[in-house]
Amino acid sequence: MSVSPAVPRTDATQPQRSWYKRNEIAITPWLFLLPAMLFFAVYVIIPIGQSFWISLHDWDGLGDKTWVGTANYERLLGIGDQNIDRKFEVSFWNNLRWLVLYLLAIPAGLFIALFLNQTVTGIRLYKSLFFFPFVISQVVVGLVFSWFYLPNDGLFDVITGFFGVDIRGGVLGNPNTATYGIIAAGLWPQTAYCMILYLTGLNAVDPEQVEAARLDGAKGRKMLWYVILPQLKPATFIAFVVTIIGALRSFDLISVMTNGGPFGSTRVLSFYMFEESLSEFGFRMGYGAAIAVVLFFIMLGFIVYFLWSMYQDEKGAR
Amino acid sequence: MHSILKTSLAAFVAAGVSATAAFADAHASLSGDLRIISDMSNPAPRAVMEGMVADFGALHPDLNVELTIVDREAWKTQIRNALGANPPDVVNWYAANRMRPYVDAGLFADISDLWAEPEFEALASTKGAMTLDDKQWGVPYTYYQWGVYYRKDIFDQYGLSEPTTWEEEMANCQTLLDNGVKCYTIGTKFLWTAGGWFDYINSRTNGYDFHMELARGEVPWTDDRVRQTFANWRQLIDMGAFIDDHQNFSWQEALPFMLNGDAAAYLMGNFAVAAMRDGGLTDDQLDFYQFPVINADVDYAEDAPTDTFHIASGAQNMDAAKEFLRFVTSADVQTKINGGDALGQLPVNANSSIDADKFLEQGFDMLSNNAGGGIMQFFDRDFDAEMASVGMEGLQEFMVFPDNLDDILERLEETRQRIYQ
Repeated sequence: MSVSPAVPRTDATQPQRSWYKRNEIAITPWLFLLPAMLFFAVYVIIPIGQSFWISLHDWDGLGDKTWVGTANYERLLGIGDQNIDRKFEVSFWNNLRWLVLYLLAIPAGLFIALFLNQTVTGIRLYKSLFFFPFVISQVVVGLVFSWFYLPNDGLFDVITGFFGVDIRGGVLGNPNTATYGIIAAGLWPQTAYCMILYLTGLNAVDPEQVEAARLDGAKGRKMLWYVILPQLKPATFIAFVVTIIGALRSFDLISVMTNGGPFGSTRVLSFYMFEESLSEFGFRMGYGAAIAVVLFFIMLGFIVYFLWSMYQDEKGAR
Repeated sequence: MHSILKTSLAAFVAAGVSATAAFADAHASLSGDLRIISDMSNPAPRAVMEGMVADFGALHPDLNVELTIVDREAWKTQIRNALGANPPDVVNWYAANRMRPYVDAGLFADISDLWAEPEFEALASTKGAMTLDDKQWGVPYTYYQWGVYYRKDIFDQYGLSEPTTWEEEMANCQTLLDNGVKCYTIGTKFLWTAGGWFDYINSRTNGYDFHMELARGEVPWTDDRVRQTFANWRQLIDMGAFIDDHQNFSWQEALPFMLNGDAAAYLMGNFAVAAMRDGGLTDDQLDFYQFPVINADVDYAEDAPTDTFHIASGAQNMDAAKEFLRFVTSADVQTKINGGDALGQLPVNANSSIDADKFLEQGFDMLSNNAGGGIMQFFDRDFDAEMASVGMEGLQEFMVFPDNLDDILERLEETRQRIYQ
């Protein structure tokens, strides 16, 4: 009965390093990346592929999928002899409104940050008060603003009434104003977010450059434009990114404040997608997935731009 | 009240005891687990459900009943996942077309054999609502009437009486409006309340059969009869009968208008009575009337949504599940769970008795004797789900901008043609 090890005796020859040791430099990074790649694949990449696949089917989420090819997209975009899906059209334009108007958070945040960037007693308290709306939940923000906008009793209606303006149906009840009302509510926390980004950015502004500029006679608007803002470029970039993404994924405020109404006039693509696929009267998974794919491509446009400009920065820094 | 309760309770216990013996003969060994998922999550229904499970468990000591209660709103979307993998034995759901996706996907068990039993003849009134493809897919445990709940004190103040015809209705409304009181409160933010108005005006104008043809997608929305419905509805809208800005309110948020006397009436389901009483209205101030006749040639049809129990097709314990369905539909159990101290609604079993509550009594009388046209399940349960969501959005828009009617009807018609190809 032999108990000798199965390992070949190597002590006589040149000591052989293990396979891992020999390839350590090449393999270790991949080992570190592996968990992240695995999860990214399972939770992001594969579901994207599945969404594409589902969007080519007619499926209620329960029974069998029926292959319909590009019919969902044709209906959505009105290709062929059918009209463009009106809900999609409304949602798309609302998304654009969100994208454009939500960017107001950036200058507003900058303005407040400049205003708060001073040393007076209790400035920390003021700063935290300005930051407060970002801390509370979007659902609470939505609820507060929907009371603010209530017809007759709401503060906003009282104020506009004082100036003799009466919005028929209330801000959120009137299809012409409802989306703007929700965007205004969304700007409140988003401005606070941008403000914080700029406040940290302002801390990093080089005091010597400011000093030098001052000696050269720069002040006020010129100082801001030519000296401060260039140094805030990284903060502006991040503020831009989070605001764009925030605008595209606006969902909770709409759901809380109007539920897509009145008569669907405040829908955006993400809300429409949810409504078609997952809401009480939904479960048209194929159609919902088609909307998701369209939204994905819109987002992809922005993401590619962000990645590209980050890549350019890195290249410049090298 | 007290004595009625006591006697009904005693009757129930007695029935339970005798039933035990009967069950013991028929199903000598109901054992194993029975898993139930219920959506009766509001406080009163929750107590009812838990009580029912406890009673059922007491009848079958060898059976281990597991009850899970899910939030009622959340259940509307969770039921899909629940029925998909490792399904429970018994679930709550709704009658009529709302069952369609689960029936088509084979997730609900066909229980036509239960309905063939003689005891189920007492449930005949809802058999139609539980039938799809000529088979029955569930059993009802409760339903409630819809109708106009109104402020009797305000009606008395202006010398008005319950209207029975559309002309009286309009005259009443004009009097109220002349005195600065809105005729109806309504909150259409979540859309379905407008569906109730459409159900009533359409069925009173064109009859139950036409309404159901429309629900099944057999009639175009641009039909002249549908336009007539909207024309009737518009009479009320144009005179300002509904409260302003109703698209901002949920049905609960619209209640204060009635509680404060700014509006005189509310077309609602009987569940609103509890909220009105909580809001401080006494039974002297609050009363009920059946939606008035519009077209004298058609019979009354009423909205009376039915809540139901179903067996999942993947149920592990089919015998116990069927026994539970027999239990919840039995006359005594239905009497007990629908009492004023429990659900406060109407039992479906014709042999059950109604609790002494003026709204329940009126509702029961109305549905038994004065709903010859038929029983509707409500807009969002009778119509296809997608049709219902597009439809209710259109109804809300119509109530705010009646001039958009042509555009709305065209949109609904486009949807109908796509869904019911």
